[in-house]
Amino acid sequence: MSFKTRHARSNQLLDLKLAPWRMATVGGLLIGGLVLVAGRAFYLQGLNTDYLQGKGDAISNRNLTLPTHRGQVSDRYGQLLAISTPVESLWARPSELKLTAGQQAHLAKVLDMPEAELGKKLKRKGRGEFGVRRPVTPEQALDIAAMGVPGLYLRREFRRYYPAGEVAAHVVGFTNVDDVGQEGVERAYQTWLVGREGERQIVRDRRGNIIRDLAPIKTAQMGGNLALSLDLKIQYLAHRELAAAIKLNKAKGGSVVVLDAKTGEILALANQPNFNPNNRRNYKPEPMRNRAVIDTFEPGSTVKPFVAAAVLERGLFHPDSVLDTPQTWRVGTKLVRDEHPHPRMSVSEIIQKSSNVGAVKMAMSLTPQQFWEVLHRSGFGEKPGSGFPGESSGRLRDPATWRPVEHATMAYGYGLSVSLLQLTRAYMAFANDGEVMPLSFLKREPQEVVGERVFSPSVAREVRAMMETVTQEGGTGTRTRVPGYRVAGKTGTAHKLVNGRYAADRYLASFIGMAPASNPRLIIGVVIDEPSGGAYYGGSVAGPVFAQVMAASLRQLALPPDAPETATQMTHNTPPLPMAAGKGV
Amino acid sequence: MSRLNIVLALVLIVCALAVIQAQHRSRTYFVGLERLKKEARLLDEQWGQLQLEQSTWANPARVDTLARSRIGLVPPPQERIHVETVPAEIRGVTP
Repeated sequence: MSFKTRHARSNQLLDLKLAPWRMATVGGLLIGGLVLVAGRAFYLQGLNTDYLQGKGDAISNRNLTLPTHRGQVSDRYGQLLAISTPVESLWARPSELKLTAGQQAHLAKVLDMPEAELGKKLKRKGRGEFGVRRPVTPEQALDIAAMGVPGLYLRREFRRYYPAGEVAAHVVGFTNVDDVGQEGVERAYQTWLVGREGERQIVRDRRGNIIRDLAPIKTAQMGGNLALSLDLKIQYLAHRELAAAIKLNKAKGGSVVVLDAKTGEILALANQPNFNPNNRRNYKPEPMRNRAVIDTFEPGSTVKPFVAAAVLERGLFHPDSVLDTPQTWRVGTKLVRDEHPHPRMSVSEIIQKSSNVGAVKMAMSLTPQQFWEVLHRSGFGEKPGSGFPGESSGRLRDPATWRPVEHATMAYGYGLSVSLLQLTRAYMAFANDGEVMPLSFLKREPQEVVGERVFSPSVAREVRAMMETVTQEGGTGTRTRVPGYRVAGKTGTAHKLVNGRYAADRYLASFIGMAPASNPRLIIGVVIDEPSGGAYYGGSVAGPVFAQVMAASLRQLALPPDAPETATQMTHNTPPLPMAAGKGV
Repeated sequence: MSRLNIVLALVLIVCALAVIQAQHRSRTYFVGLERLKKEARLLDEQWGQLQLEQSTWANPARVDTLARSRIGLVPPPQERIHVETVPAEIRGVTP
């Protein structure tokens, strides 16, 4: 019985009768679930992988811009003229901006601007973001960061500084707030200086450390540095002396150009009036113009050495040939006149005393074509090729259209125009034994340059010897002498054209000279616009500027004096310096 | 056979750990490299600022004014300049 019952019980268990549909339902649910999970997994892993991978990468991968900054500009000895350094600037995002009245008042105080103006600035609607103040000082940056206003933030930007300030302002130029060169070298070499931002893709970990480089998208290119041909010390001297002369002579403006006669490098170039490139707020175009390169003027008597060279070259005259030079001489309807007449002068004396009649007589012995050819060869009417933006070419008309009067007036520098840089460059032919080197604002090695022959060496030397008499007793440029050195040069005093007529009382005084005359190393051109302090002759207004800059520059370059012993003899008889006398060594 | 399998499995585990170790080390170095690069950039910026400062102090205009006003320097007048000419016999020796 017991067995039976036991048996029956087990049998009951075994024979548990389940309805088949129940089995199917459970099995189906289990398999269905499995398929669902597998399907989802397949969907995520297989089909939708890009999206998810992208999401994942977005958390860890970043594109990083590699900042670059604008290259430096320095003088020939590495003294800085322009440099970019990072500064903080204040930006606002109007959509997020929440500023209480108190905070606004505080911000206005920190930024040192009227509260109403700040309020107006911040209320500007529109999307995106805008600069509130670019740049802010480091102290202001700390203050603003401490306020922690949402929607106001500091951004690191590079700002351009010009340590030499106004001294080299016209050559270096300046950039705008977006770091784009606006004037001068900054503009001419914009693409070289600016560099290129790079981009790279990186992986960051949880703490924000960069742990892996994925790919450089763009390699960064740092802005290139530039070494200019300027010599900051000479540049400063030129700037200082010019500014002093402008003040002394109550002139409207003026320029100085200093060239290296051997290499054609521009060692200094200063203009008045000028500006401070560090201060962008007073933006006035007038003082920013580089007059020495952009403005042209009628050269006046400074053109006479070219007339002399032209006639010497053709063998029409010799330096000692004597001409009759009456006080007035008629060409067509024009009466040419000399201020300080001498009845008879040699070619050399015509240059020394700057005789208009003599120069006209010499020029008239040439055909217009011959005269034009010499001026053209010397660079008149052509851009001087310094690469400076906005360089002017001056004016030299086609000789076929010259009337005899114009031919005559051109001999003493009217009817054609040049820039100071162009004229000073042309004088390089006399300084460098007939060869003109290409101009350059960039430093270069002397062996790199190939000159252009304008005059034969003998003609260039003869004219240089004539120009040396200008600075000697009886010449027009006695105030251009430099103690210890021989100086050659030519004065120029030209009436200014005002509304198409020559003004009787407005002048342009100029002097172009070179030293040491035995083997010139420096050429300096000076022009003073409308001196109104009494003196107006080139020799007495521009001459002293030349002498000061030349003396200091020659000393700066440690060039040995070349004046004959007699001129420097007196130095031996002077009492010894007090310091040296005190010491009994 | 099975012993070889066990040995290979152990080798495999060691290799896997080495890979992890190498990866970790490479990341550590990379983080270090990045940190140093950043430092280099900051130093570069600082160098720029120091250069700017130097050139501001050494500005010829400033030096000129200070030399004249504070220590009373003047350019020597011509009478005080004595030019030494090297005699020919010495000139031959010195370069």
